[in-house]
Amino acid sequence: MSGFLSLKNIEKRFPTPGEEDYIAVTDVNLEIKKNEIISIIGHSGCGKSTLLNMISGLDRQTEGSIILKEHEVKGPGPDRAVVFQNHSLLPWLSVYENIEMAVKKVMPELDARELRERVEKFVSMVNLEPAKDKLPGEISGGMKQRVGIARALSIKPDVLLMDEPFGALDSLTRANLQEHLMRIQQSVENTVIIITHDIDEAVLLSDRVIMMTNGPEATIGEILEVNLERPRNRVELQHDPEYIRCREAILSFLYEKFAKEDE
Amino acid sequence: MNNELIKKIVLPLLVFIAILGVWTGIANVVEDFPTPANTYVSAFGGVNADGDEVEGVLSDPFYIENEDDKGLFWQILESLKRVFGGFALALIFGIPLGLLVGMSKNAQYAFDPFIQIFKPVSPLAWLPLLLFIFRDINVTAISTIFITSIWPIIINTALGVRSVSEDYMNVAKVLRFTPLEKVVQIILPVAVPYIFTGMRLSLGIAWLVIVAAEMLTGGIGIGFWIWDEYNNLAYDNIIIGIILVGLVGFILDLMMGKIADFFDYTKKGRA
Repeated sequence: MSGFLSLKNIEKRFPTPGEEDYIAVTDVNLEIKKNEIISIIGHSGCGKSTLLNMISGLDRQTEGSIILKEHEVKGPGPDRAVVFQNHSLLPWLSVYENIEMAVKKVMPELDARELRERVEKFVSMVNLEPAKDKLPGEISGGMKQRVGIARALSIKPDVLLMDEPFGALDSLTRANLQEHLMRIQQSVENTVIIITHDIDEAVLLSDRVIMMTNGPEATIGEILEVNLERPRNRVELQHDPEYIRCREAILSFLYEKFAKEDE
Repeated sequence: MNNELIKKIVLPLLVFIAILGVWTGIANVVEDFPTPANTYVSAFGGVNADGDEVEGVLSDPFYIENEDDKGLFWQILESLKRVFGGFALALIFGIPLGLLVGMSKNAQYAFDPFIQIFKPVSPLAWLPLLLFIFRDINVTAISTIFITSIWPIIINTALGVRSVSEDYMNVAKVLRFTPLEKVVQIILPVAVPYIFTGMRLSLGIAWLVIVAAEMLTGGIGIGFWIWDEYNNLAYDNIIIGIILVGLVGFILDLMMGKIADFFDYTKKGRA
């Protein structure tokens, strides 16, 4: 019996003229449960973004299959919403309109009032009511990313895919957004896959951390279970033995077993 | 008054005085060349150098003597009608073609060589051919404007389409936009500022073309009027015509600029 989302024998090859194909990712097998939060961590070039793009359907695996709710993934779709690293908000639409555009397309059956209520619900979920009529160019990077999260969640995806969602932000803003994400996750349960290169972020947010070996031919090296109660408090966790154990496990994986020289 | 503003008024005035000086110099050397003062009288009326009381061509630009003798307002209006006729046609065909060339690599391969070859062809080269085809002054003038002003619209529209970021297209893919939704909701908003740049260039070309075209086709219009004044030996009126053509072109460009800003999302808010 397969899980909610399963990756089976995933391999991604890129043809290189005159040479053998470049194998970016190979032999990836993973079962993800409903409402589980998964982080994928690894050095740059380990194919973690490639992996996410294959789940989103924006990229296609060369071998293997991705099954979501017993259906094979064959291209992008609103059941797998993506929060892009650079937020990808449409700059000519306001915060409200960016979310409205997505809801309108994915839920055409809503009437005008239901549409407005749904959009406003997600605007307020990320505390952006005061900025809802602003254009993306008028708000901060952290706020933009919050809109990106609200837009992704507003279409009721089965899986929320986040590609280094907070990578471009400063550490205080990043912490703030992690809190937002955890708070939202408490109220609306979601299956979430987060690509990250931040160890604290991975431990703080996830139920399981998937550690990728270095490319080429990157694959899953270890899987770490994070047995921490929710809601999690980042300050209290600093002295929690489980938190420390998880951190050390990832550190040791990334910097001892699979250290990368040129980083 | 601040310093910048004084400079903006005084400096062009100095250049204007210099131009009048050069003009007067030319008028002294070239026989029958009108002086600035004579030209002013010819434009706005008064007593000319010969001591005759004359009416200026700009004193009553709205007069209609008969079909072949109308005031300057009507001449310019006729030219503008042709310009906007050709310009509108160029938009109607140019924007969809530009969208196609921008979105499809194959369309780009197919059309690009011909765009590059026809783009630099002077309107005067098209004119005899089009006159031969249509044998009608109006249609010839409009089609000449169409064929010379369509290129910047195609090229800039295609450029706008190609500048749509991959990220926006990924959003469209995740939301499963239809091709039409992609065009209307993603591609056009990005491409519109580029399209307007193309339209601005195109309108500028159209206004250049009309004067030349009307000189050759005759009839009515500011271009024909200037040529007619040459045949009447009214050189002062040619200068008036040049200044008018310049002013109208300037106003057209200003208008297009304002409209372009209105549709440009990057100029809204502080984006």
